[in-house]
Amino acid sequence: MRHIISILLENEPGALSRVVGLFSARGYNIETLTVAPTEDKSLSRLTIVTTGSDDVIEQITKHLNRLIDVVKVVDLTESAYIERELMLIKVRAVGKEREEIKRMADIFRGRVIDVTDKSYTIELTGDGTKLDAFIDALDRAAILETVRTGASGIARGERVLKA
Amino acid sequence: MELSGAEIVVRCLQEEGVEHVFGYPGGSVLYIYDAIFKQETFQHILVRHEQAAVHAADAYSRATQKVGVCLVTSGPGVTNAVTGIATAYMDSIPMIILSGQVPTHAIGQDAFQECDTVGITRPCVKHNFLVKSVKDLAETMKKAFHIATTGRPGPVLVDIPKDVTRDKCRFEYPKSVEMRSYNPVVKGHQGQIKKALQLLMQAQRPMIYTGGGVILANAAPELNKFVDLLGFPVTNTLMGLGGFRASDRKFVGMPGMHGTYEANMAMQHCDVLIAIGARFDDRVIGDPKHFAQNPHKIIHVDVDPSSISKRVKVDVPIVGDVRETLVDLIGLVEQQFASGSRTDEAAVAAWWKQIDEWRTKDCLRYDKKSDLIKPQFVVEKLWEVTKGDAYITSDVGQHQMWAAQFYKFDKPRRWINSGGLGTMGVGLPYAMGVKMAHPDAQVACITGEGSIQMCIQELSTCKQYHLPVKIVNLNNRYLGMVRQWQQIEYGSRYSESYMDALPDFVKLAEAYGHIGIRVEHPQDVEPALRDAFGKYKDRLVFLDILTDQKENVWPMVQGGKGLTEMILSSEDL
Repeated sequence: MRHIISILLENEPGALSRVVGLFSARGYNIETLTVAPTEDKSLSRLTIVTTGSDDVIEQITKHLNRLIDVVKVVDLTESAYIERELMLIKVRAVGKEREEIKRMADIFRGRVIDVTDKSYTIELTGDGTKLDAFIDALDRAAILETVRTGASGIARGERVLKA
Repeated sequence: MELSGAEIVVRCLQEEGVEHVFGYPGGSVLYIYDAIFKQETFQHILVRHEQAAVHAADAYSRATQKVGVCLVTSGPGVTNAVTGIATAYMDSIPMIILSGQVPTHAIGQDAFQECDTVGITRPCVKHNFLVKSVKDLAETMKKAFHIATTGRPGPVLVDIPKDVTRDKCRFEYPKSVEMRSYNPVVKGHQGQIKKALQLLMQAQRPMIYTGGGVILANAAPELNKFVDLLGFPVTNTLMGLGGFRASDRKFVGMPGMHGTYEANMAMQHCDVLIAIGARFDDRVIGDPKHFAQNPHKIIHVDVDPSSISKRVKVDVPIVGDVRETLVDLIGLVEQQFASGSRTDEAAVAAWWKQIDEWRTKDCLRYDKKSDLIKPQFVVEKLWEVTKGDAYITSDVGQHQMWAAQFYKFDKPRRWINSGGLGTMGVGLPYAMGVKMAHPDAQVACITGEGSIQMCIQELSTCKQYHLPVKIVNLNNRYLGMVRQWQQIEYGSRYSESYMDALPDFVKLAEAYGHIGIRVEHPQDVEPALRDAFGKYKDRLVFLDILTDQKENVWPMVQGGKGLTEMILSSEDL
C-alpha cells in the first residue's frame, strides 16, 4: 500500500540524513521525498511517499518518532488528504507540433513558462497519476527533460500538523 | 568570567557528577586534556586503544546507575571507537562519547585526522551533535546527558572541533532541558495495564519473560516482588540475567538459542506471556512463525514503542517505564488479592507440574567425570568460590553462553556482556570499567583464547591503574562457537576456526606485570580460583585453563528454527 507520511523536523544540519538513513538502514522504501522550511524557520516539513504493509508502515512511523530531531509524524493516507506534485517538462516543439503541444498543455491545465524556437518548457501540477498521464500523452521522443518535485500533501478539513 | 571550551567541557562533566573518564589523547583534544590536567574532581583512565575506552565506559554504565564517559580524538580515535559505540547502542546503554574534531574552518578540507564523525556514528548512536560554537557547548552537553539517560537509554556523541575548545565564553550550566521533539513516555496507559492484569489473573499457563529493560530501568526489586506475588514462572534473557534471582525455583533459566529446555517449552506453550523490557529477539524466540503457532495472549511492556509488534504481534501493548509499570501492576494485583480474588491456582499448579517435568530433562547436564576440564565445571566452581557475588564480564562465544547458563545471577548489573552486537574483545575492558566503578568488588572476566586477544593490550592499563581483575580464559584452542556451528551445520569442516600459534598466556601476563597460572587438570581448577581470589587478591590473575576442545553448548536451537526444535546433546546430532 502507498502511504504519504508527513514529518515536522527540527531545521538542523544533519536532521534530514537521520530520516533518510533510517529508511536505508531498515530497508524501507522511499518513492519520493520533498523537504523545505515552514513558516516557522526552525522547522522543516517533509513529505515522504513510501510503500509497505500496515506492519511496515507502523514500524516506519514508530522509528521516525524515535529520532530526536523529529517533532511530529502523521500518515496522511489514514484519512482524507490533498496531494500535489509539480513537474517542469521541456519538450521539443517545432513546426506543427508547437500547436499540438500547446493544446495538450491546456487540456492538462499546464502552463508554458519558457519558449525557444525549438522547445517549450511546461509547468504542471497535480497528483502523480495526472503528471504520468501527461507524460504518456506526449510523444516520448519529444520529451527533452523532466523534473518532478515528488508529492507534497496536507490533510483535508481542519486537521493541522503543528509543533 | 569567561572559560575556554575545554574548561567548559570539564565543568559540565563536574556538574553531571562524573567521577571517571576513559580516554586517549590526540591532536584535536589537547585543549581538553590540558583542562583535565588542571582539575581534580574526576579521574582520567588512559587506555591502550580507543575501543577499550568506549567498552570500559559502557561497562561502567552497565554495572552502576551512573553514566560512563569516554573521550577520544578526531579521525582514527573516532573510527576505533565505533565498535564500542555500536556495542553500547545495541544494548541501549546510556553513555557519553566526547570526540575531538578538526577546527571548524578545516572541516570538509580532508584535514589531517579528519573524518565525518557525526556521519559515521549516526546509525549507532541514540543521538549525536557537532558543536559549532563555544556558546552552544554547555547546553549541548546538558542535552547529551539528558538524551542518553531518559526514555530508552543509549549512547550520545558530542563532536567538538578544536577551535571550539580554545574559544571562550561565559559558562552557565542549564538546570534542565526542554526539547519539543523529545518527551519520552514514563507512565504506562492505565487502561492497558488493567487489561494486562485481567489476562494475568485468568491465566492458566502464565509466563513472565523479561529482558535488559528491567536492568536498565533499575526495576529488579519490583520484578522480584511481582513474581513472588503471583508465583508464576519467570525467564530472563541474556541481557536480563539478574533481573530475577536465579537461585529461586520460579526461575526456569534463560530462554532462546542456548536457553534451557524448560524455559523454551514454557515460552512456547504458555497461554499468557508478559514480556517486560524484552524485544522478542531472533536469538530468543527463533522463527517468529513457529513461535506464533501456539496461541498466546501477549502483554508487552516497553519504553520504546518501536520494540512493540516488531517481530511478534502483541495483544496488550504498554508503552512506559518498566519500573513504573511494574509498580502499577503490583498495586493492582495486591488490590485484587485484598478483595479476595485469586489467580487460577489449580491451573497454575498443573502448569508448574508440567514445567517440573520438563526440568527432569536436566538439559544443562555435562560429563562431570571427564579427565578433561569441562568449561561448565569451571564456571560452576567460579560461582562457588565467589559465593555467587562477583561481577562477571564475558566476551562472545561458547564461554559467554556457559557463563550465562552456569553462573547464577541473583542481582542485577552483575552480568556484563555484549548481547546485541556480540562484540568479541569486550571482556577485559568491561572488567576494567566495572573495577573502576566497584574497586572493592570481585570482578572476573570469563573469556576464550580467541576473544581475549582482541583487546589484550589492556593488560597494560590494568597494570597502570592497579585493577586486580581475574581473567578466566577457557582455552579450547578453537573459536569454539564457530567450530560448533561448523560441526553441526557445515559437515565438520573446521574452516579457519582453529587457533594456532597461541601465545604463552602465563608469560604474557607476567610480561605485563601480572600473575599467570596455567590449569590443565580438573582437580586444579578450584585451587587456582581460590588462589586468584585469595592469595593473589590484589593482583590481576590470568588463569589459562585448558578445556575440553570438543565441548559444545547445549541445548541449541539452530538459526531460523522454532524455539522448541532443540538439540539437547551430541546424541541428537
